[in-house]
Amino acid sequence: MERKIRVVMAKLGLDIHWRGVYLVSQFLKDAGMEVIYLGNKFPEQIVEAAIEEDADVVGLSTLGGNHLTLGPKVVTLLKEKGLDKVKVFMGGVIPPKHIPLLKQQGIYEVYGPDTPMDVIIKGISDSVTVH
Amino acid sequence: MADIDKLIRETLKGDKLAVSRLISVVERGHAQTPYILEKIYPHSGNAYYIGVTGPPGSGKSTTVDRLVKMLCSNNYSVGVIAVDPCSPFSGGALLGDRIRMNKRKSEWDVFFRSMSAGKIMGGLARTTKESSRILDASGKQIIVIETVGVGQSELDIAQATDTVVVILTPESGDNVQLMKAGLLEIADIFVVNKADRPGAENISMSIEAMLDRQRGKLEWRPPVLLTSASLGKGIEELYAEIWRHADYLRQDDKLKERRKSQLKGELKQRIESEIVNTLWQKIRDDADIDELVNDIWEQKIDPQSAAGKVVRRCLKD
Repeated sequence: MERKIRVVMAKLGLDIHWRGVYLVSQFLKDAGMEVIYLGNKFPEQIVEAAIEEDADVVGLSTLGGNHLTLGPKVVTLLKEKGLDKVKVFMGGVIPPKHIPLLKQQGIYEVYGPDTPMDVIIKGISDSVTVH
Repeated sequence: MADIDKLIRETLKGDKLAVSRLISVVERGHAQTPYILEKIYPHSGNAYYIGVTGPPGSGKSTTVDRLVKMLCSNNYSVGVIAVDPCSPFSGGALLGDRIRMNKRKSEWDVFFRSMSAGKIMGGLARTTKESSRILDASGKQIIVIETVGVGQSELDIAQATDTVVVILTPESGDNVQLMKAGLLEIADIFVVNKADRPGAENISMSIEAMLDRQRGKLEWRPPVLLTSASLGKGIEELYAEIWRHADYLRQDDKLKERRKSQLKGELKQRIESEIVNTLWQKIRDDADIDELVNDIWEQKIDPQSAAGKVVRRCLKD
């Protein structure tokens, strides 16, 4: 059996913007991944989903300015639950100067507006070590 | 092997991470799968299995969410498997059943897993049954299985669960649809969801009329319920009817009979796939398929006879 990459995608917190996360989710699906789309969820619920769905990757969409608080919280909670191998990606409207801060706190990669879809797909595929 | 044994041990203790991993291992068809299933099977069979099926957009996920809430508030531990379709082109999938799972309380004991249906056409995924057994063995008391949105003939759910809830909507069609065979025959409980919309009474009357025609033949007459799952209406009645059906099955060994007949079907299926796999391996080794295709193309032999020849030759040695 072919090993499908499982991606949990969520809109972070109460962020209402949906177009980006829909678009990325569909491109990931078309790239052969299994995307578990959660809609709006808070870090605790996202981590719960990552556990139960055996996710390889968590994708967080944020355009509302909560990236610095809620993003790293997902990483922390994942570690607490023993899911160190799960990579957390973020996308949306995130000021470039915040990207190093997020990466310092364990976010694997951040994709801003205008990122070509191929870059996102390749970034996710490459991040997953098949075990 | 040691890893797998550890995973199995922790799964049986109910550890969520282990359960989740083990389901993935089985789903991916890892070489250890038969070993895992052998170890898990003796610990399964304690849970009650509820199936939820119906056309796309009829409210399956929302109903499941409400049901799970009720089950959890009544102190049951619940495992949910929700199946969504898979892209026939990329093999990828967008699994969206979790969107409806909201407001979970931390004290609730629930495990929710989304699955892609893969290339299987019966409404469930290839390993839904195996995964539900893993959840069962991990100590869940109730297993809820939600199918992909189905049409008229995806009936695998009836082979995998004790109580089948078929969800329709006021838009589900006219009397003619209800006269057709298939989905409607596997229902233990009918739900007309979105009953706040016009037409709900009509469709529920049509179902009742259909059931009237079978009067005398049905030992269990499926109740027809009106719900509005998103508004939380009618869910308590549904919950009560599920338990009424469970009580009915528990009389006179009916549950045992139902499960045994499911096991018989499963065994038959597995024997068939064993035969196919074993034979194919042998056929691939001795028969020259390409040469046969040429013979068929040149009309020296017809496809049916060629197939018969290959299989008979294979069985002789």
